[in-house]
Amino acid sequence: MFSRAASTLVRRVSLVGTRSYSDGPMAFTFASQNQVFYNGADVRQVDVPSFSGSFGILPKHVPSLAVLKPGVLTVLEADGAAKKYFVSSGIVTINEDSSVQILAEEAAGVEELDLGAARDILSKAHSEANAATSEEAKAEALIKVEVAEELVKAAESG
Amino acid sequence: SEAVNPSLLVSCQTVVYSAEMFRRATILVPYNGQQQVRSMATLKAIAMRLKSVKNIQKITQSMKMVSAAKYARADRELKPARPYGAGTTAFYEKAEVKGEEEKPNKLIVACTSDRGLCGAIHSNICKHIKAELAQDASKAAIICIGDKSRAQLSRLYAKNIIAQVGEVGRKPSTFEDAARIATLILNLGYDFGSGTLVYNRFRTVVSYDTKELPFYSATAIANAEKISLYDSLDADVIQSYMEYSLASLIFYVLKEGACSEQSSRMTAMDSASKNAGEMIDKLTLTYNRTRQAVITGELIEIISGAAAV
Repeated sequence: MFSRAASTLVRRVSLVGTRSYSDGPMAFTFASQNQVFYNGADVRQVDVPSFSGSFGILPKHVPSLAVLKPGVLTVLEADGAAKKYFVSSGIVTINEDSSVQILAEEAAGVEELDLGAARDILSKAHSEANAATSEEAKAEALIKVEVAEELVKAAESG
Repeated sequence: SEAVNPSLLVSCQTVVYSAEMFRRATILVPYNGQQQVRSMATLKAIAMRLKSVKNIQKITQSMKMVSAAKYARADRELKPARPYGAGTTAFYEKAEVKGEEEKPNKLIVACTSDRGLCGAIHSNICKHIKAELAQDASKAAIICIGDKSRAQLSRLYAKNIIAQVGEVGRKPSTFEDAARIATLILNLGYDFGSGTLVYNRFRTVVSYDTKELPFYSATAIANAEKISLYDSLDADVIQSYMEYSLASLIFYVLKEGACSEQSSRMTAMDSASKNAGEMIDKLTLTYNRTRQAVITGELIEIISGAAAV
């Protein structure tokens, strides 16, 4: 009995070990409203910032839906290159057949972000949040602040 | 005592009168089966018609150029929009989301624009919707994007139209517009079991298809067949997901519609210019013939007048 438990443990450990390598293709589609970054491409791993926590997606990930949070999305391509993109909002769909669709409202490579412009947006958003009167305007301004803060962080790192 | 001899006056009048009759008689000769009375005026009328058709041809040609430029841009913007539509519908298909059967209410969104002169774009969509509502129109609500669909559908189904979106088609639509339309649809509070977006899918420059895309409410997604396969879902995530996917579907549909419309307008204006060109050719021939007939008539007049001397 002990040996059976031990063997299942070993099996589970080895399964966890093998899951970190890409076995099988992941049809990865990542698009924003005016640009397609990947369309059915085969990549190794994608790290997404979402409201239910940041998580990494590997091939054969359990099917799930998630909502994107403003932040940096990292794509690990098949040849090992890591590309970072800033996303403002959107959705993530992981289907049963291991296809992943990430639809972002606005997305840009972190290299393209300008730190000075990002800081301007942040200060403007702060002043808007302070000047907001109604609940709705305040909520919108706070969303702007959140996006601007993440934008500054991404621009600093990129 | 130089009074005008009245008999002389009368004889002058008869001479003039007979000359007039003579003149009219020469032109009353039927020419190619067309009775031309007072051909001086007819010549002017033909000349005016020729000028106006030439102007129309210039206008349709410039409209074709403008549409060609707008089509090039719309085609460019359609390319990234296609994965948007494909990605959203892929989830609906793979999770086998179906409309709620207990709620027969349908929400139909007609995706057209404000501007005409684009062939059968708007009437194809309205025909599609009318065919669907022909049997039973009681449980359907229509949202019209663009003035053209509202104008065509309000004749039969004015009671079903619950909302209308204007100012569509002048500038290319952005995701923000699509998001605003999605917010409008959700805030209307119409309790629909299933929804459809009716739009024109762009195939080639000369052809497009009128198609439907389904969209669902949050409850329909939560009750989907394979939703249990999807991990870590709660009501918030499903609601946000449904809202964003509705906006992205509308964005895709707007882009496809814009591309189909511009290409259709291009071909419509092209055939209008060709038709105008044909009319110009025919009118020019008629004009030249009429002109020659007038000249011939004047010559005959002069010759016969000289012969009388």
